[in-house]
Amino acid sequence: MSQPVRTKMVPAPSHGILPERDVNERPVLEARNLGIDFGGLHAVEDFNLIIGRTEIAGLIGPNGAGKTTVFNLLTKVYQPTMGTILINGKDTAGMDTAQASMMGIARTFQNIRLFSNMTVEDNVRIGLHNQFRYNMFSGILRLPGFWSSERRMHERSMDLLSIFDMQDMAGAIAGSLPYGAQRRLEIVRALATNPSLLLLDEPAAGMNPHETEELMDNIVRIRDRFHIAVMLIEHDMKLVMGICEGICVLNYGRIIAKGTPEEIQNNPTVIEAYLGRQKEG
Amino acid sequence: MTLFLSYLINGISLGSVYAIIALGYTMVYGIAKMLNFAHGDVIMVGAYVSFCAIQYLNLPPWVSVILAMILCTALGVIIEGLAYKPLRQAPSLAVLITAIGMSYLLQNSALLIWGANPKSFPSVVNIGNISLLDGRLLITGVTIVTILANIVIMVALTLFTGRTKMGKAMRAVSEDKGAAELMGINVNTTISVTFAIGSALAAVAGVLLCSAYPTLMPTTGSMPGIKAFTAAVFGGIGSIPGAMIGGILLGIIEILGKAYISTELGDAFVFAVLIIVLLFRPSGLFGKNVREKV
Amino acid sequence: MSKKTIDKLLTFGMVIAAFIVCQVMIANGAMSRSLRGQLIPICVYIVMAVSLNLTVGISGELSLGHAGFMSVGAFSGVVMAMWLKNGLGVSNTLICLSAALVTGGLFAGIAGVLIGIPVLRLRGDYLAIVTLAFGEIIRNVMNCIYISIEGSSLHFGFVNPKLPGKLLVNGPAGATGVAKMSTFVMGFVLVMITLLVVLNLIDSRSGRAIMAIRDSRIAAESVGLNVTKYKMMAFVTSAVLAGMAGALYGLNFSTITASKFKFDTSILVLVFVVLGGIGNIRGSIIAATLLTVLPELLRAFSDYRMLVYAIVLILVMLATNNPTLRTFFSGLKPGKKSSAAKEGKQ
Repeated sequence: MSQPVRTKMVPAPSHGILPERDVNERPVLEARNLGIDFGGLHAVEDFNLIIGRTEIAGLIGPNGAGKTTVFNLLTKVYQPTMGTILINGKDTAGMDTAQASMMGIARTFQNIRLFSNMTVEDNVRIGLHNQFRYNMFSGILRLPGFWSSERRMHERSMDLLSIFDMQDMAGAIAGSLPYGAQRRLEIVRALATNPSLLLLDEPAAGMNPHETEELMDNIVRIRDRFHIAVMLIEHDMKLVMGICEGICVLNYGRIIAKGTPEEIQNNPTVIEAYLGRQKEG
Repeated sequence: MTLFLSYLINGISLGSVYAIIALGYTMVYGIAKMLNFAHGDVIMVGAYVSFCAIQYLNLPPWVSVILAMILCTALGVIIEGLAYKPLRQAPSLAVLITAIGMSYLLQNSALLIWGANPKSFPSVVNIGNISLLDGRLLITGVTIVTILANIVIMVALTLFTGRTKMGKAMRAVSEDKGAAELMGINVNTTISVTFAIGSALAAVAGVLLCSAYPTLMPTTGSMPGIKAFTAAVFGGIGSIPGAMIGGILLGIIEILGKAYISTELGDAFVFAVLIIVLLFRPSGLFGKNVREKV
Repeated sequence: MSKKTIDKLLTFGMVIAAFIVCQVMIANGAMSRSLRGQLIPICVYIVMAVSLNLTVGISGELSLGHAGFMSVGAFSGVVMAMWLKNGLGVSNTLICLSAALVTGGLFAGIAGVLIGIPVLRLRGDYLAIVTLAFGEIIRNVMNCIYISIEGSSLHFGFVNPKLPGKLLVNGPAGATGVAKMSTFVMGFVLVMITLLVVLNLIDSRSGRAIMAIRDSRIAAESVGLNVTKYKMMAFVTSAVLAGMAGALYGLNFSTITASKFKFDTSILVLVFVVLGGIGNIRGSIIAATLLTVLPELLRAFSDYRMLVYAIVLILVMLATNNPTLRTFFSGLKPGKKSSAAKEGKQ
């Protein structure tokens, strides 16, 4: 695998489309000239994006535009063939997915990926893995470190599950939950890693309008409570236009427009490439 | 030098048998995405069938080979239908354990039917030996037939997968089962045909293997089976020329390793090749890289 | 008390109760000679099955070379015990046996690390076939090792060497003249240690990480788990336990050869795991016990033993993994039967 190009970093940029309140803070994500080739095909190229500390950002585009590929690049599931990713100002070059997670980036998946044979609470505890540490031997010999960490993990898990009122499901097997609860559990698990940027891949997929409405409230509530940034891929334009402060439109692996919901809605290129044909929202 | 040449020829001969077995593995793996662990034991069944036909029914050798091919084809299709087809959607762990169970089922059935005592396999080849370099280099008839059979099978299979409708269906199924089904290809039939061809080849391999190494036991097929899988991986799983080249190279490595380094460690060399290939070039010599979808 | 704790106590209780019953029966002379001879092998196979279940059921990787670790443990354990006894003149059997178990575990663990580094980079079928290959390589190599004791020093040789002193390990002929030191009590202790390690590991931070990686590798990475570290932890722990079992096994016979640890042994242990339920530790214990005792009791059945095992393997897999058959079987028996293997599709 080829090493991504390392460039000398300059301080936080002063331009961009950050929300007013985030302008004076270091952005949570700075992606510069990001790109990846799959055997000669430029799946994503020249991807430049800045996300503010508490921004809710949307990534939209027609199917196959490369949206999930962007998520996979940001979380280092794929190593970018060019460009840089800064999370909280730190370069993630050479890091793997687990290390990127420890830098403060968390995600959900388009097709749910829970630890489906394990309980709901255990799913959350795995999210807490790097915050409550004790080694294998404390675990096997049940040393005091085990008991105190496990107790605190339990309290924290219950606290996190309470975001979606899921405490009474704690003992259920994750794979047996209804679809909507599985999607919510994935978000809780991502939050458990104590991220500063939460990536949601089609969080409203398969939800009815009422559930989507609820989800919108919850995303905003999570942002306010945890003071994190959220970036979401979504096809439901009502959700995207309703809660996103900045929107980035992707087509054929390239950004074709960036701006506020109003700007995007009135952008002729976007209308031509996307909204005009699909008539959504 | 002549000694080296004769080792080399032995290696190519053994490698040709591996190649024929490897074709069965590589086709099944390419299409059904499963490691058919029982493939090696189908070889053994083929050899026993041929043995019985010659020994007890006094049939001519070529008839015994055809009989073995027919019975092994049936066996392959039955195994696939009974054990593997119900697990089409199951995780690979379950399929592999089933295949291991099938391998043991065949071995132990053979043990009950034919007993544990090794049978001395009569050669089915009645072509004379060729001696070269004033008799210092001897090429046996079996070697010639094995190498020729390998070439014929290779060419036939390449034509089959490239030119015929069923062959194209096989390639389509190995690329994308779902899409192939939408194009009107019967995936189940295609997989069954693949097993049938692989098993018929296994019968040929069994007869050739036992003609060259005439001890026939219920476990005769298992080691060559595993080595042939190694050959298939070496050449790149799913690739027909890969199976051939991989098989021949592996045969040469095994014979030369045993001759020049250590007899006891001969098998260890073969497996070391497998490990090295998987680590440094997991797609094999002719394989394609497959990216995992997230 | 949580359900997990009750489950764990039940497992321990079952093993302790069985041990007490056996001890009482031995004291009263109520146990047949042949069954008494099976006690140590039963303990050995329980440890083998439970440790393999850690790899197959908990970590979700099919290992076909488990007997290889047993072999490493057996030979290194036997050499250690015999060196202590004959070379250094330690007369206390318990010390020799304990040292043998520790040595066996240590060497198998080292083998586990060396094998794990390349193997755990692979996935699925490839991983399985490479563990098989390693099992065979270990057997091949063991056939070439020669060790002798001369006074208090050990001499090692590879492929037909001339060694001074008394040969202890003689290549393909294996280790001969081994003192039978293994005891049922030690077997019981080893089973308890194994259960303590495996059950507590599963119900802890590390164990959860191992199971998370099994269920979804990509999701596990995305929450910050170091996949290699935890796969290695499961694999090496499993190898260490198998090595200890091997040492106990080796010291239960006067002769031990590498051919006792061939592929068939790995498969036998796999049968225990599959029949007991993949991921189900208590199931492994019961299956290992029953399948070790039953063939002894039913002598007439011995010709068909492996055949029946093969059929059992296939049927269990079909019954637990085919949707139609699964509903059929779950209708037959009350309560749930969870199989870790049914998920984890990646």
